[in-house]
This record gives sequence, structure tokens and C-alpha cells, in this order.
Amino acid sequence: MSLDTVAQAIAHPDTAQPFKELGLKPDEYARIKEILKRRPTSSELAMYSVMWSEHCSYKSSKVHLKQFGEKAPKSDALLVGIGENAGVVDVGQGYAVTFKIESHNHPSFVEPYQGAATGVGGIVRDILTMGARPIAVMDPLRFGPADAPDTRRVLPGIIAGVGGYGNCLGLPNIGGEVVFDETYIGNPLVNALCVGVMRHSDIKLAKAAGAGNLVVLYGAKTGGDGIGGVSVLASETFGDGGSTKRPSVQVGDPFVEKVLIECSLEIFAEDLVVGIQDLGGAGLSCATSELASGGSGGMKVQLDKVPLRDPSLSPEEILMSESQERMCAIVEPSKIDRFLEICKKWDVTVTVIGEVTDGNHLEITWNGELIVDVPPRTVAHDGPVYNRPLAQPEYIDRVNAEKISVPMPKSSSEIKAALLKLVSAPNMADKSWVTAQYDKYVQGNTIQAQPDDSGMVRIDEKTHLGVAIATDANANWSYLNPYQGAKLALAEAARNIATAGARPLAVTNCLNFGSPEDPGVMWQFAESVRGLADGCLEMGLPVTGGNVSFYNQTGDVAILPTPVIGVLGVIDDVRTRTPMSFDKAGLDLYLLGTTHADLAGSEWAFLHGQRGGNAPVADLQNEMNLIEVLLAGRSEKIFTAAHDLSQGGLAMTLTEMVLRYMVGATITLSDVANDLLSESPGRVVVAIDSSQSEALSALCKKYKTPLSKLGTTGGDSLIINETKVSLQELKIAHTSTFPKLFG
Amino acid sequence: MRVGVVTFPGTLDDRDAARAVRAGGAEAVELWHGDADLKNVDAVILPGGFSYGDYLRCGAISRFAPVMTLIIEQANKGMPLLGICNGFQVLCESHLLPGALTRNSDLHFLCRDQKISIENVETPWTSNFSQGQEILIPLKNGEGSFQCDDATLAALEGEGRIIARYVGDNPNGSRNLIAGITNAHGNVVGLMPHPEHAIDPLTGPSADGLGFFTSILNAMVK
Amino acid sequence: MAKIVVDVMLKAEILDPQGNAVAAALPRLGFTFAQSVRQGKRFEIEVAGEPTPAQLADVEKAAEVLLSNPVIENYVVRVEK
Repeated sequence: MSLDTVAQAIAHPDTAQPFKELGLKPDEYARIKEILKRRPTSSELAMYSVMWSEHCSYKSSKVHLKQFGEKAPKSDALLVGIGENAGVVDVGQGYAVTFKIESHNHPSFVEPYQGAATGVGGIVRDILTMGARPIAVMDPLRFGPADAPDTRRVLPGIIAGVGGYGNCLGLPNIGGEVVFDETYIGNPLVNALCVGVMRHSDIKLAKAAGAGNLVVLYGAKTGGDGIGGVSVLASETFGDGGSTKRPSVQVGDPFVEKVLIECSLEIFAEDLVVGIQDLGGAGLSCATSELASGGSGGMKVQLDKVPLRDPSLSPEEILMSESQERMCAIVEPSKIDRFLEICKKWDVTVTVIGEVTDGNHLEITWNGELIVDVPPRTVAHDGPVYNRPLAQPEYIDRVNAEKISVPMPKSSSEIKAALLKLVSAPNMADKSWVTAQYDKYVQGNTIQAQPDDSGMVRIDEKTHLGVAIATDANANWSYLNPYQGAKLALAEAARNIATAGARPLAVTNCLNFGSPEDPGVMWQFAESVRGLADGCLEMGLPVTGGNVSFYNQTGDVAILPTPVIGVLGVIDDVRTRTPMSFDKAGLDLYLLGTTHADLAGSEWAFLHGQRGGNAPVADLQNEMNLIEVLLAGRSEKIFTAAHDLSQGGLAMTLTEMVLRYMVGATITLSDVANDLLSESPGRVVVAIDSSQSEALSALCKKYKTPLSKLGTTGGDSLIINETKVSLQELKIAHTSTFPKLFG
Repeated sequence: MRVGVVTFPGTLDDRDAARAVRAGGAEAVELWHGDADLKNVDAVILPGGFSYGDYLRCGAISRFAPVMTLIIEQANKGMPLLGICNGFQVLCESHLLPGALTRNSDLHFLCRDQKISIENVETPWTSNFSQGQEILIPLKNGEGSFQCDDATLAALEGEGRIIARYVGDNPNGSRNLIAGITNAHGNVVGLMPHPEHAIDPLTGPSADGLGFFTSILNAMVK
Repeated sequence: MAKIVVDVMLKAEILDPQGNAVAAALPRLGFTFAQSVRQGKRFEIEVAGEPTPAQLADVEKAAEVLLSNPVIENYVVRVEK
């Protein structure tokens, strides 16, 4: 039971170390030795192994992700770009907004409630760390088939976890996705987005500047959470059988996080910190090395000062612990008393654990003995970079060559049956069963939430400035063509923002893929990143940050490539937004955009077990023109309502519009089946008062956007040519699926 | 006219409640759970949230906060006191109101727009409504099912102390569709749904909730 | 009639937010005895007559699959006279 110190490492250079068990490759271990010019201590080995992991170092994705920087469009809006905890965007009037998505996929499979809950907790702390008050969350979720036994296990727990944590934090949940596909069985996707707002002057960065400044740890005590592999070191340190049991699951405490948020915001408001970092993946290893390398370069930490929930933890484990609800701040000595006072007010545990130093050493001691002495940059930023082999998988040519053959409804009764089948399918059905478990009202600034196209929150009560956010992914298209799939998801998210009249401003992403060691998956990933980077360049939208989640697969079967794209937009006056639907009769309905025979990757094809064909080709110029129409239509008060077309095509869009306020519509279509079921991108349905028809035509002409009249609003049915479906029947079909499946 | 809004650790709707107080025309005064000082307020609101994480039982830990001792004392002397959602739970745990709020009958947190009818317009918090008026305000809670023994229920019914009832299907299993009650004196009101989230159709389902905040202003001016 | 009691507790290494909140509240009320508090669940199951070994085995099984979440919780089954 001896402590492995730097002196020990020098004295006993040949001690065997379990680097393989910690996930390090022999050449990576050799590089650590080369950096340190000696073998690492077990604490140093722990730090490098976790910071050089795929999750923390992005070693497989880095070479691709740099395109987001290289192809970045010129943007005045970007205040803080990729590399910090979250990007920050200028939204005007002195306000800055920060937003980011992260995945918590694997933990949510193991323990759905706590996995999802701590996913929300983690992303909220990332936003808080930028100096922002978190103002809303969203959660794109993906599950195995709705009727699969495992989905019945994980879905209710994940929904309750997202709600349980977010509700208790007082953050409105303003949107997300719930999508089912067999490839997500055994590997559900839990992506969590948070958005926060601050004044420009309040932006905080992860840097430990100013020698002599104090390193302060505050929030929850440290337990043995999430240290998994490092118990190898612990058992060595403690001798045979001496290791205590370590928890397999991290439990979140939203109450502690809520208090941590309020306490931190009070600390920020009094300008008491020089730099700040939350403790997430890789815990103190990450926070200390990133803060140090972002600032003066050196730091001294007394690890034995860290308050522990489990006193049996070894120094290696404390460095690795991923216990939730902790923050690390850099504080000037003159401000520490006030800092401690505010923590006391909120009953938050706080400890000074070290100080910033000049030079290039991160030195960590344990009861006075030096156990870590590393250049912090080598831990935080100089991890390995892999150019992994990639190759177009064999399935691509095969599925692209497949001809779609799905039944196309013709007679009136067939059309009605198709409509009811589509709107009641789990992917299309009403998600109130899910969203009713989330608080959307708290904070009193929610303008739009599910089932609107985007979530929208007011950020200034006097000027009515607001932001809108949408997240989208179409994994079916990404499967057929990952390059186009990413572009199409970007276009859809931007369109969802613009339908309400908000101008798209910036992009974040959460890229969920299978194993990067599979060249086919790596190709899907590379193509998706290329598509997103090209798309962002063309649309003039900067990528502010994101997250990569690899190894989402069960055995050899990878999930569908699922790049979730989040777009943030700004609206100068939320009172003038264009609502998603109409609440009165006698309005004219128009389709903006063109409908092609785009059934490949559609929900209709999915419902008939078809996965082949070619994804549509994204026409971003058209999309940008359409966005201009939507923005001008809002500011010129032409639209009464506007709603995007996406999965489920016109059939779904009309259904959602008529059911929103239970006001029907009469529609005339020329090619009914294709017009209803095709999922051609770049389309929106708008409702206008007939007095606006000339203004609408002029607007569409100006922006070269095709326009066709669909019909009029009114009545208690949805009538499409000769097919009539009562709103009651449509509503029952649309809303009973989830309660039936999940109680 | 000063209306205090209490913040416990874990309180969430304090800013919303203060906004609603201002929209009703009164001055909102922040009260901190740890301060034994009511800052000369004329009335107090205990807002919604998850005070102390709602651990142990909802409201069970908050009732012992220093500020609560003063509030209970003043409420017993007639000061108007409104507990919304978690605040209602605190009032029950403090024994200012009878009964208890238990887990929703379907065991899920439920957030939806809820129609309620105002059944008692004699309290200082409901005087601006008309008897039987139906209003639409958000309901959002995990433990909102009002339960009490038969004798208490009979007393509440008999004395007209049920101030609001859910209209339509029972959202959470509350006895007799109870959404809100008052004490024997009529100054203390507990309400499960959230009027402070319905003061402007822009951010809520209606502006119907404003009535609670204009009522208190009227009651105090009188 | 006998009573079978199943006590379900979070495993020692798992964070217990509820227990922590109670532990923090006790000293505020002047109770200073507690070093720590953990909160669990208790199930009381009534059976006719003396529980048979087979019944107890079934209760064990039920405790494993339903009453507890073995990922984060432990349970103890005992018979109360």
C-alpha cells in the first residue's frame, strides 16, 4: 500500500504499469514516458489515460473536425468559438447566448433514469461555466423499436430522468425529438442541449491566469463515481483485495445543482472569478490540466484537501472521479473571503485546493508528497491524433441502387387509411405523453415549445428579444448518403427556426456514430462532417462547438449515422413570431417549395420496411431563399401561420396544423399520394389572409421560391380532394399511440 | 402594498411569482428562507419548485426554515398567505392547511394547461373572480394529488373552503377534484396549479392567472 | 399470518441525495447526533401461515427483479414474527 510518487517513478523506472488496462496503446504509453523523460506515476498515468481517451481527446475525430474551423464562414456573431466549454454568440442588445449538445448514450442504457438525468446535469454545467444563466433545455432521443421490450425498459426511465433533473433545476424543456429505429436497440441515444444567456461582459473562460491566484473546488463532495477502469490502479495501490467497491452508476442530485447554479451566478455577478471550469468527464484531471494550460501555465494542487464522500478513495481515483455537481474556480486572494461567504449562504461545500503558478508545471501533492508533475498542455491538448482508415461501406452502392416500391394510396378509402397509419406511427405520433412530463413554463419566458417547429424563449422582457433553437437529424437519409444527410439536417434545423421568423445564426452538433475502428463507420463520420462543414459555409452559419459520440453499436451492428444538428436563431420581437398553426377558418393555405418523388428514406418507406434508394440532394441556395421568404413574411406581417415539412411530409404537416387548434382544412392536390407522402426538403406550409395573396406572390417571386395554393382553412375535418377525415378521428389516431405503448 | 415572495434553496418559480405580483400592481419583495425578517410585507407567497429537492417529503424540510416561523405566526394573525404547488405542500406540512399532497395517480410528472373553476371568491386571493368562473392555467407537478380523511373532506366541503376544482378529467387523483383550499379563517390559500405562469398569453395559456394577483391588491387596499 | 419484510437501500457507494438532504436538515433543527443518513424503502408482504422456503425464495427473486434496482440498490429479506 505505497504511494507512487514522482520520486518513486525516478527511483524505480522499470515498475510494470497497467497502461493497457487503462486503454492506452503501447506507443501512447511510450509517448508519455518521452514527455516526462521518466515513467509516469500511477496518478499521472491515470490522468493521461483518461484525457487521451476517445471521449476527452477526440483523437479519431480531430482531423475531420478541423474543417469546421477551416471552412468557417465569416461571422461577426461568434464571440467565443470551438475549444471552450461552449461557443458564444452575439444576439444583439448586449446579450450573448451560449448553447451546446452532448451525448449521454451509454450511461442511459445501463441506468436509464440516472444516465439521462446526469446527461442533463452535465450540459447545464457546461453552459453555466461560460458565465451564462441556463434558460432552457432540449433533448433529442432515439430508441429501438417502440414495441421492443428493452425500449419499454429504457424509454420511461430516460424520459423521467430528463424531466426529473431538468424540472428540478427550473429549466423549461422546449423541444427535442423521439425517434425509433431497430439499430438503436441496446444503444439508445440521449442527447441533451442547453442554452444560456449572459451580458457580453460576463463571458467566462476556462483559464487559470495570475500566479498566486487560488484554485477553488466547490459543489458536491467527491465520490468514486465513474472511475471504472482506474480501479486497476486502485487495487494495485491498495494491495490484493483491498480495493473498495466503486459505483457502476453516477447518481445526480438536481437540488445540489440548482443551488450550485444560483451560487455560481451570484459569484459571477460580483466578478469574483478569473476562470472557471466544471468537472465533467475526467473530473479533476480535466479541470486542472485545462485551466492550467488555458492560463499562466502552472498550478499547484493539494489533492488531500479535496472533500470526499468516500474516504477510501486513492489519489488516482480522486483525480479521475466523475462525481456530479462540482465546479473548479480560479479566484484572486483578495476576493476569496467574499467567494466563501456566498458559498456559505447557499450551503455549498467549498475548499481551496491549490494555487496558480508561473511556469509549465502542474504539480499535485498528496499529504506533502509530489505525485504529479506534468506539463499541463501535454495532458489537455497534446493527446494522440489518429487518421483512421476509412472506406465507403459496401452497402452504399447496393441500397442506392434499390428501387423504392411502396403501396401508393389511390382511392379515397386508401388515402384515409394511409393518413391514419402514418399519423399514428410511433415516429410520427403525438409526443405529449413525453412532453407532459417536462416543465415548459418555468422562468415564464417560453414562447414556443413542442410541438412547435422550434423552441423559443424570450431573453429580455422589455425589448422582447428572443432566441429560437431547433435540433434535427434524419438518420435514414444519412444512412443512404451521409454527406447529403448532414446538409439536409442542417437545412431542416435552420428552416425550423425561420418558420417562426427567427434568423438562423449559429450551429452546434452532436455526432452519434458506431465504432471509429470500422472503416465504413469512419467514412460515414468523415462524410457527415464534410457535409456539415460545407453546408455551414454555404449558409454562412458558424459551428460554435459540438460533441462526438463513437462506439454506439451492439456487437457488430452500428447505429444509423445520426448527426444531430442544432441551429440557434434570433428574433427581435417574440410577440411578432409566426405561429405554427391557425385558429380560424377562411384562411388560404399555400405550399412554399417544390414536391418531387422523394420517398427514399421517408417515413412511408420506413413503415413498409424499405431502407433503400437515394437521399434527396440538398439545395442550400433554395433553402436560403425560402428562409428569406419566411423572415420577410413575418416582418411584413403576411403570414398567419407557417409550419415546416419534414418526416411524414405534407400529410404530417397538415395533420399537426389542423389538430393544434382543432380547425380543419380543405385541400386540393394533383398527385395526392406523392404530394402527401414525399419528403422533399425545402418546403413549408403557410396560412395567410386572402388579402395578403399578392404580397405573398411578390415575396416568393423576389426570392425565387415556388408557390402553390393548397386550399383553405375551416370546418371540423381534414378534407383532401374526395377524402374526408374528421378531426376527432385524426386526433384519436395521432394521440393514442404513446399512451397505448407506454401507459 | 408589499407582497413577499419566499426563496428556499430549490425554489424555482420565485421570479415568476414576483413578476406576477408586479403585473397585479403590487410591489414584490424578496424573502430569503434563512432570514428571520418579513421586511414589513402585507402578504406572502410561497412559490413553486422543489425546495430542498423535495427530498424526504415535499415541503417537509422547508417548513422548518427560519422565515417560516414568522410567516406561520403572521398567518395565524390573519396575514394573507398563498402557497402555489410546492408552496401548497409547505402549507400542508406546516399544518396551516389540512391534508397532504401525494404522488399523482399515474405516477408521472404532469405539465399541461388545466381548466379549473373558482369556487370561493371570499378569500383575499380570489375576490376578483366570479363564483364558478372557469379559468385556464398551467398545472405542473409530480405530487399534486390532494388527500385527506373523510371528516376533513366533509368539513372543507361544508365550510366552502375548497377554493378551486379541476374541470374535466381528474389530472392527478385529487379527492373531489380539489385544486386549492383555504383555512378556516380564509386568509391562507393553497393552490396546486400555477396562476403566475398565466399572466400573459405570450408566455402562458392565458392571462387568467392574473386574477389572483389583482385580488390581493384589492383586498389590501380595502 | 406472517409478514415478510424487504428492506431496499441504495448501495453504500451510490450517492444518496435524499439522505444527504435529511442529514443537512437535522442540525438545523438542533439534532446533532447524525454522522450521516441514508434513506431506503421498506416493503411489508403478508403471507398466509408460516412462510415456506419456496415462498422466501420467490420473495428474493421478486426483490431482485422488481422491488429493487440491482444496478444501484441492495435488498434484505427477513421474516417478522
